[in-house]
Amino acid sequence: MSRLWITRRRLLTAAGLAGATLPLAGCDAFDGILQNRAPVRDVLASANGLTYRVQRLLADADRLAPEFAESEIRQGQRPNGSTDPTDEAYIALRQQDFSGYSLGVTGLVERPLRLTLTELRNMPSRTQITRHDCVEGWSCIAKWTGVPLARVLDEARVRPEARYVVFHCFDRMNLGLSGETAYYESIDLIDARHPQTILAYGLNGKPLPVENGAPLRVRIERQLGYKMAKYISAIEVVSDLSPFGRGRGGFWEDLGYDWYAGI
Amino acid sequence: MAAADNGTEQTDRSMSLVVRRHALVTRLTHWLWALALFFLLLSGLQIFNAHPALYVGQQSGFEFDNSILSIDATRTADGDVRGVTTFFGHGFDTTGMLGVSGPVDRRAYRAFPSWLTVPSYQDLATGRVVHFFFAWVFATVFVAWIIASIINGHLRRDIVPSGEDLRGLPRSVLRHLRFQFDHGRRYNGLQKLSYAIVLLIFFPLMILTGMSMSPGMNAAWPWLLDVFGGRQTARTIHFVIMLLLVLFFVVHIFMVFAAGPINELRSMISGRYRIDREQRQREAGR
Repeated sequence: MSRLWITRRRLLTAAGLAGATLPLAGCDAFDGILQNRAPVRDVLASANGLTYRVQRLLADADRLAPEFAESEIRQGQRPNGSTDPTDEAYIALRQQDFSGYSLGVTGLVERPLRLTLTELRNMPSRTQITRHDCVEGWSCIAKWTGVPLARVLDEARVRPEARYVVFHCFDRMNLGLSGETAYYESIDLIDARHPQTILAYGLNGKPLPVENGAPLRVRIERQLGYKMAKYISAIEVVSDLSPFGRGRGGFWEDLGYDWYAGI
Repeated sequence: MAAADNGTEQTDRSMSLVVRRHALVTRLTHWLWALALFFLLLSGLQIFNAHPALYVGQQSGFEFDNSILSIDATRTADGDVRGVTTFFGHGFDTTGMLGVSGPVDRRAYRAFPSWLTVPSYQDLATGRVVHFFFAWVFATVFVAWIIASIINGHLRRDIVPSGEDLRGLPRSVLRHLRFQFDHGRRYNGLQKLSYAIVLLIFFPLMILTGMSMSPGMNAAWPWLLDVFGGRQTARTIHFVIMLLLVLFFVVHIFMVFAAGPINELRSMISGRYRIDREQRQREAGR
């Protein structure tokens, strides 16, 4: 019996000691080294480049994101981010039901374009029922209709030195003390030419509503929602992302989010 | 070398022997996993806080209900804000821990409290940066461990329970309940079984459900969604296995202290472990 008693005493001590280690998890200890642009954070963030390269290896350029049946559309597309842009030019266009809207395609192209909504709607279209994944963690399935971005790029004839497509947007995001900045995003030419990458003007069989990005938003089905710019005003084909915003390739990227959002 | 125990059972030093218990690969992978899992847990809770709800199926129900868990801050009739955790439709007041936490004069309205997240403040971007870096560490170590353990026999010898181990499980459970611990070179049956479940079931499930949440991986390996029943189900499974791994961690640390923390810790650092001589003779006889 004495043997048992001793191990029991030790057991209670063990429970106490084990319990005492738990509050060590208190985690403001790492706040300093994880501030945006801190060196340690940049090292950790470099794993995103690895993710990008490995996912590009695992999925061919044309490999499609899963598509769903009509029966999987069980709710409206949840709006997120800006839902009602207050930019004056945008409000003016919206009052005319976007009849005066035209999409500029500029940058490293042989033939810069200006396409009205009617012209975009008259181009070959693609309709797809896909799952929208927000970086926050939720998902929502909806039907999107639009013109494949590859068609627009082919029409404009992309120059060989081009590497990225930048989306300029009407909506401005509040940055707190540093004021407002225009939303923008960028993707590589692999995703830009992906068959499911469309400039969408239709949602669930109706014209794209303002809260979801009217008149035009991009769908990039192998990445997260923040890549899929809404309220697109112009497209610019570039070889370098550093001239835009703070140089990280997008509004959220400039605030510390990964440029490649396939994860 | 200081002996771990001052209890009566090991006063006679000649009764025990120091052996090499853990191979270098085992020790190295153990501590890399410990480090990675520490940051994966705390950054994972940071990510969860961005949308603290779990669902079953492909998508999240906003206009229909497929939620099984959600953590919210709710204002009561008298103006007080309470943390409410809803589990299968039943609400529980979790103020102080989940939903609403922190000092009374500086309440934080967040699902998991700041002491359980990295960074301590709300920062989804950094949570993701930390999570995916350590996810790579975790998965790389796992692949290295599996390969090494197949080659050096660790998997077959120490992890996968043998028929004899399984038959001896009831006895092994009884011995643990009586706080009688083996100090042998080998793991006992219950130990093998729990390590096998964690290493061969939980770890791969964690990696695969994590991948199922990646839209890029959904294109590359669409079968992942079929296996787990949709992205939101995969996210829920990821969360549940996290809870099970935390449970394993608590029991694991408890057992280390109960079985003799210095001896156990030393064996995982230098590989040296003091075993009972009788145990050694029993093992040699097998």
